[in-house]
Amino acid sequence: MEHITTPKVENVKLLDRYANRKTANGTLYLTATHLIYVDASSEVRKETWILHHHIASVEKLPLTTAGCPLLIHCKNFHVAHFVIGQERDCHEVYTSLLKLSQPVKPEELYAFSYNPKMSKDNREIGWKLIDLKVDYQRMGIPNDYWEITDVNKDYEVCNTYPPEIVVPRAANKATVIGSSRFRSRGRIPVLSYLYKENNAAICRCSQPLSGFSARCLEDEQMLQAIREANPGCAFMYVVDTRPKLNAMANRAAGKGYENEDNYDNIRFKFIGIENIHVMRNSLQKLLEVCETKSPSMSDFLTGLENSGWLRHIKAVMDAGVFLAKAVKDENASVLVHCSDGWDRTAQVCSLASLLLDPFYRTFKGFMVLIEKEWIAMGHKFSHRCGHLDGDPKEVSPVFTQFIECVWQLMQQFPCAFEFNERFLLEIHDHVYSCQFGNFLGTCHKEREDLKIFEKTHSLWPFLLQKKQELRNPLYKGFTAYKELQPNTLPFSFQFWCGMYNRFDKGMHPKQCVLDHLLSCMSQKMKLEDNASELENKLPFLDGPLPSEACSLSKVGSAASKTPLLNTPQDYEGEAPPVLTNGISVGNIDVMADVDQKNKENLSNHQDLPDLNATNVLDSEAKEGEPQCH
Amino acid sequence: MEFAELIKTPRADNAVLHGPRCPAVRGTLCLTGHHLIFSSRRKEGGEELWLLHANIDCVEKRFVGSLGTIVIKCKDLRIIQLDIPGMEECLNIASSIEALSTLDSITLMYPFFYRPMFEVVEDGWRSYLPEQEFELLSSVTDEWRLSCANKDFSVCPTYPPVVIIPKCIDDEALRKVAVFRYGGRFPVLSYYHKKNGMVMMRSSQPLTGTNGRRCKEDEKLINATLRPGKRGYIIDTRSLNVAQQARAKGGGFEQEVYYPQWRRIHKCIERFNILQESLIKLVEACNDQSHNMDRWLSKLEASNWLTHIKEILTAACLAAQCIDREGASVLVHGSDGTDSTLQVTSLAQIILDPRCRTIRGFEALVVREWLQAGHPFQLRCAQSAYSNTKQKWEAPVFLLFLDCVWQILRQFPCSFEFNEQFLIMLFEHAYASQFGTFLGNNENERSKLKLTQKTMSLWSWVNRSEELARFKNPLFEANSLVIWPSVAPQSLQLWEGVFLRWNRPSKFLDEAQEEVLNIINYNRELQAKVNALRRQLAELETDDRMQENLTLPVMNGVSSQAGNGLTQTSLKQLPSRSWQWEGEERRKK
Repeated sequence: MEHITTPKVENVKLLDRYANRKTANGTLYLTATHLIYVDASSEVRKETWILHHHIASVEKLPLTTAGCPLLIHCKNFHVAHFVIGQERDCHEVYTSLLKLSQPVKPEELYAFSYNPKMSKDNREIGWKLIDLKVDYQRMGIPNDYWEITDVNKDYEVCNTYPPEIVVPRAANKATVIGSSRFRSRGRIPVLSYLYKENNAAICRCSQPLSGFSARCLEDEQMLQAIREANPGCAFMYVVDTRPKLNAMANRAAGKGYENEDNYDNIRFKFIGIENIHVMRNSLQKLLEVCETKSPSMSDFLTGLENSGWLRHIKAVMDAGVFLAKAVKDENASVLVHCSDGWDRTAQVCSLASLLLDPFYRTFKGFMVLIEKEWIAMGHKFSHRCGHLDGDPKEVSPVFTQFIECVWQLMQQFPCAFEFNERFLLEIHDHVYSCQFGNFLGTCHKEREDLKIFEKTHSLWPFLLQKKQELRNPLYKGFTAYKELQPNTLPFSFQFWCGMYNRFDKGMHPKQCVLDHLLSCMSQKMKLEDNASELENKLPFLDGPLPSEACSLSKVGSAASKTPLLNTPQDYEGEAPPVLTNGISVGNIDVMADVDQKNKENLSNHQDLPDLNATNVLDSEAKEGEPQCH
Repeated sequence: MEFAELIKTPRADNAVLHGPRCPAVRGTLCLTGHHLIFSSRRKEGGEELWLLHANIDCVEKRFVGSLGTIVIKCKDLRIIQLDIPGMEECLNIASSIEALSTLDSITLMYPFFYRPMFEVVEDGWRSYLPEQEFELLSSVTDEWRLSCANKDFSVCPTYPPVVIIPKCIDDEALRKVAVFRYGGRFPVLSYYHKKNGMVMMRSSQPLTGTNGRRCKEDEKLINATLRPGKRGYIIDTRSLNVAQQARAKGGGFEQEVYYPQWRRIHKCIERFNILQESLIKLVEACNDQSHNMDRWLSKLEASNWLTHIKEILTAACLAAQCIDREGASVLVHGSDGTDSTLQVTSLAQIILDPRCRTIRGFEALVVREWLQAGHPFQLRCAQSAYSNTKQKWEAPVFLLFLDCVWQILRQFPCSFEFNEQFLIMLFEHAYASQFGTFLGNNENERSKLKLTQKTMSLWSWVNRSEELARFKNPLFEANSLVIWPSVAPQSLQLWEGVFLRWNRPSKFLDEAQEEVLNIINYNRELQAKVNALRRQLAELETDDRMQENLTLPVMNGVSSQAGNGLTQTSLKQLPSRSWQWEGEERRKK
């Protein structure tokens, strides 16, 4: 609070970026966490909330006759153009915002003060909602080839990996330690995803410290162990996601890439995804295009092309598709790395998992995927998102690109995801909001040091609570699609207006199909309640009405096509009593075990753990709904 | 029969068909007077292709040894390849297809030979008559009249025999105005905005020439649409420069001195070969299989297709804005008044008039603003994106219009009774069809061809409930408001349903459409069920009350029980059985 000198400024204008006539006049407030603008000129009270953590930049523009303009760019691509009457006020707001938006100490982050009035128990249950061990169990691990080891429990192997990692059983401790010495920052090859049907695995690591000629026996043994963990295929791919030139340049610094001659039966391949700096600049250019005032079609398309943004999105997607195809079609295991193995590698591995496994396209699965490939494996959210005052060259939209790839997939496969676009936007918002602990810090060790799990809340239960508005009404269920094979010809990629021009409502379709269908879903629930209520009033009538015989049979067929998994009322017969009792989250493990044994059942009960968890939280978490703007 | 002369080899066995996005099929190829037919020899799931020769835009042939390959590029943008064994057969077939797809005489076209296999419930040729339109208009205003001055097409050869003009203009004055307008296309009523009584008229350019000729009748005609003291807008679809240049050729624009109550706005919409080239470039870009993103975006940009879309929509929004927001009447014209003018007037009506967003209303719009208004379909749609011959008259004017409608539909997905498929269907039939609707360039030509007697109307087919079901938008909820589309580049998209239709699988998108339909239908049926249950309950309650009133108190319980028991059995039997039966059937599948 010490940064706020002027908590309230009146007579502030908010300019509409696209229509000059719609200038709002109102009052600007600064609170400890938000900038709040209340529009007094419109008939209905309209508020604009901007979280301080969302502010990417604040600019004071040259004085105009109307006043002193203050331009705020947000990390969620909101752009607010205020005009403040007094220069002095403007300056004070400006300096306050500079400080508020760039906290220096982690303790200043919103998550440490955010208090949704939730009991301690529920907070802890929330953190246990996503358990990565369950996901490994789902893949059948541990098994004959893979084991979960705590070799990194004291972070001796790698301080940016989690304490528990999955490695081939054949790789003993000496191999692991030896390999870690040969890999940049000790990030040894570990399992990311095991494709149960053919034992092909996706593994990830950082670049080897090969320089021009260095070798490491343990590292070679490690790769051999990974290859041999997939007896169905005689070779494995090693994929370097960097452009070849970048990888070669790294050799001069004692790093580099695998020499095919030194490793048995590997097929080495470069996939040129550009580095974080290129991506940062690309996004910058894209945003400039998005902000251009009334551009011509030509300006826009040329700008889009010159930004290179979609080219990069396609590169990431292509890499993900390559991995998925290698695993599925060639039965081959793949080892992926880039430089440190926490940016491009995370993008590519998580995308490939999403393509291969429908579980990751559910609410729960997507949370697991992010926890596993991004949070646990040490994607440096804090640096990439600029949570704290730090090196601006470390900031890069790596995670944004992943989220966009998922959106692009949703465009091609509208029925394959349990969640909708808003779920992606919510996650994207909270990666930057620092309201929840999940994305703070850079790796598991740092999160432990920050006492994230004791002091903050997890995002996931809050999102599950909003499931009804974040779901995809077109979702056809867990079993409808298995592997996705997206088209990656350039025309299959669209500009994502809903993300980069999200706050320019005038550009979006004026009627929203999603809203329409979501309201259909809630209407459906009401009607079904009505129907059963009426049927109960006619107790002697347990068969359908004669006049409805024909249409009812159609209802039956329609119902069989509509997703059976999404809502409690979709369960055949009565809703399972567990829903109201609320079993503890510990039961998730049990459920997951059952899952493995019976995949068909899995699809029917998939939602149970989620629902339990939300219901448990529901009772007390209502007041503390996440605020997001 | 003259077609036989053109078909040297009517049949080729062992041909191989490579269609878009499907595996090659071996089968037999047959040529008939109007169709290329390919049927696979597979017994089960045998595939057949029936392709109208009129749909063929261009034929290419090449040889590897004695195996010939014919590449057929269609006006609906599909590309198919046929491998035909035997050089001579291949050459014969290629030249036959070429000849049959470029027949000179309209009367040899398929619509004159087509015999419908369906029962005609409603004759589409009589579905949308100007007299009916006028009747609707007269119920709200008496300032207009039907003029038959053009009944023998002598005043304006490209106008229909009856037109709607201001009441105060007699036919004599009308003839004078016609002389003053290019091609005789005097200003006529295009749209009447019921909300405020403002109108949109369309015409061709005035023939002012270099010495600034004027025509008092013309001024009187258009001034008749103005309210006292109010100004009107003339939207010229040419740039000022082009309009000025037109004077040298005898054309021109309305000069301020003679039309002081009118404000002229120039909105440049491209025409003719520029549009045709744009289409060719766009389709070429869409067929490019290279994996280079920059190349795709730069080709998309260079095609200028979306630029044209933006320009047309912007002009249409402007016209709609003048009428609805400014409360002013509007006159729209370019040079001929048969292309960009119609794009603007018809799109403005989509924006303003909810009726035009229904299926019947849209069909009426196409008839009124395109067919009767004299858009030269025969000339414009003679060739599509693969044409090699550079003729001057082809242009995808109507396709651009449909694309603009699609853009608005995408922005207002619940405001249209029809879906994207309906628009795609119209695109296909405008270029090649078994129906006579889009033949000829104007009503004059159509009446000479006696299309109404000799061919079937597209609307006779479309408006049957079996067909309509395919074209209905499940999300439609009548919206009586004016709908303002966004023309920001971010809001406009490539129309994938047409341009990428043959280049990418649509399975998953089709499934999504089906799912939308399922959700909506399920709710409808649920609602019907709830209503029926309510009725049932209400009936039973009244029954009970009546019985209570009629029977003795002692008998009451017994009789009502018996009554209920009876109902129960009769209700239970039939429906539940059929319900289970259906369920089993499904499971078997």
